[in-house]
Amino acid sequence: MHDLPSENTQTTGNLTPSAGQIEREFTVKARTQTQLVVRRFLQHKLAVVSVFVLVAIVLLAFVGGALWHYSYTDITPDNSVSPSARHPFGTDNLGYDEFARVMRGTQRSLEIAFTVAILATIVGTVWGAIAGYYRGIADSAMMRFVDLVLTIPIIAAGALLGHHFQSAGWWALALVIAGLSWPAVSRIVRGQTLSLREKEYVEAARALGAKDSRIIFRHILPNVIGQVIVVVTILVALAILTESSLSYLGFGVQAPDTSLGTLIASAQTALQGGQWWLFYFPGIMIILICLSVNFIGDGLRDAFDPSQQRVRA
Amino acid sequence: MLAFAVRRLLVSIPVFILSTFLVFLLVTWGADPLAQLKAKNPPPSQAVIDAMSNTLYINHSLLERYWHWFSQLFFHGNWGPSVQSGTDIGQLLRTSLTLTARLVILAMILAVILAIIAGVISATRQYSKTDYSITLIGFLFLSLPVFWFAILLKQLVVNMNNSLNWYWISTYGANTPGLTGWSAFSDAAGHLVLPTIVLAMSSYASWSRFQRASMLDVLGSDYMRLARAKGLSRRRVMVRHGLRTALIPLTTQVALDTAAILGGAVLTESVFGWQGMGTMLVNAINAGDFNAVLAWLTVAAIIVILFNLIADLLYGVLDPRIRNA
Repeated sequence: MHDLPSENTQTTGNLTPSAGQIEREFTVKARTQTQLVVRRFLQHKLAVVSVFVLVAIVLLAFVGGALWHYSYTDITPDNSVSPSARHPFGTDNLGYDEFARVMRGTQRSLEIAFTVAILATIVGTVWGAIAGYYRGIADSAMMRFVDLVLTIPIIAAGALLGHHFQSAGWWALALVIAGLSWPAVSRIVRGQTLSLREKEYVEAARALGAKDSRIIFRHILPNVIGQVIVVVTILVALAILTESSLSYLGFGVQAPDTSLGTLIASAQTALQGGQWWLFYFPGIMIILICLSVNFIGDGLRDAFDPSQQRVRA
Repeated sequence: MLAFAVRRLLVSIPVFILSTFLVFLLVTWGADPLAQLKAKNPPPSQAVIDAMSNTLYINHSLLERYWHWFSQLFFHGNWGPSVQSGTDIGQLLRTSLTLTARLVILAMILAVILAIIAGVISATRQYSKTDYSITLIGFLFLSLPVFWFAILLKQLVVNMNNSLNWYWISTYGANTPGLTGWSAFSDAAGHLVLPTIVLAMSSYASWSRFQRASMLDVLGSDYMRLARAKGLSRRRVMVRHGLRTALIPLTTQVALDTAAILGGAVLTESVFGWQGMGTMLVNAINAGDFNAVLAWLTVAAIIVILFNLIADLLYGVLDPRIRNA
């Protein structure tokens, strides 16, 4: 798991607006937390551009395939031609249109990535919240388990299980990756929960007789959401990279189906043979998706926690 | 400090034992050692299959099998039989590990040094052009699939080698067999260049981001201002007070990422055709070689736990509060 904000950094500073904004704050109506976050996010230009890029890619992947004049299964009469108006990304030896294949591959990769992100976030969040909320033995046992899972390299375990569930299709691969990546989420949520559970409003809720489940889901989790959303973006990028790595090793998405990793794996020798388009386009697509997702994550992090943004006094 | 080290060492032993059990469960679930045998044509007789299951000790209950494997390994140093013909798992593990260790350690050192330099420069010049370029490069490498970058780099160097007619930087394998002395060393170094760069860059990206964040955190703190106010030079404040504190989170992160680096090594080796741990894993999984996969994951677990231990000890060195707690 890369680049996760650690539990013990960034506690200094909070939502104080910079000096220039203070005067306006008094004349303009009060903003909610969400409005503040959205405003701060919109100031991060790269992140905003990334949102548009990502939306474009998602549309291309899920709608583009239906509109394009070739399907990814069509064998066109043009073998191994370089990019042209008819085949924007060229074709391979058998005459498959690379543009159609990249769109299809992107769709598969995104489906896996989104499934992983959703599953890992839910499991990791609930796990971390329960561990952090109950502390004691439950916490120790649950977090030691997390430590254990983290000793296993994702690629290795993913390769083993990916090989085993090869015939089950893409969702099995998504389950495997999700099963290996939720521990990182639970660590972050646990850290937050540990400090939030001591807050006065949680105590107030408990004094009013709220049940544990209500306190966790209504009072604690909504306040962890900022961190969790940032983690989701990291998970999406991580899942795309893991999926493509496993497919490259031959343990991921299998032949009649295709993903960005599978496309690169089959284009390995193509680069030596001069068919650069088969290698570059799926790779650039992965980079574009991960870059935009990472930038969005960065923008969200700044928006939820601007403490590192201020210039030092 | 010694007591601290011993205490940490004792804690990691049960973690290791539990981790071997988890790995064992995972492998029993994910690998079928009889698959290759059963898929043979004509199908082997039941007696052959029975004999094989007997050798592999797989017709026992899960706990019995675990105990058998565990006691064989730790009391007899025996990794168990392999289903790949002519393979001795212990032997294979030793040769693969020496090869991969070279690559992984070099790459980690390179990545840590680069990440610290980049992170510190980025943080001390926040929002400068340098900061933006370093950040951008970091994000690019964070988004780059390791194997794609590796293939690209390999192809570039192949072209470069051909045009320069100079083949010191090798693009395939870990060494040329049959060399001795200085030429063998130089040859091995030439083979290491590209895999090391690829593996280092894949970790560098997140570590430099991490180092930048923790350095920024430290730079904003009061004791830094105090150190400057009492007249220490900027350089001294940065290195002694700033960097030392800012290295603590990175230490943890590097240890946490050990598993990911081993994963990265699998991909790197596969692109550059190294006969190391990566190849061993891929072959073992394809053959359904239960004991070999188990050996691989056990060694990986040992390495990860070891690095976490080292990180804990370094933590003690860097942060007196922990050492004396």
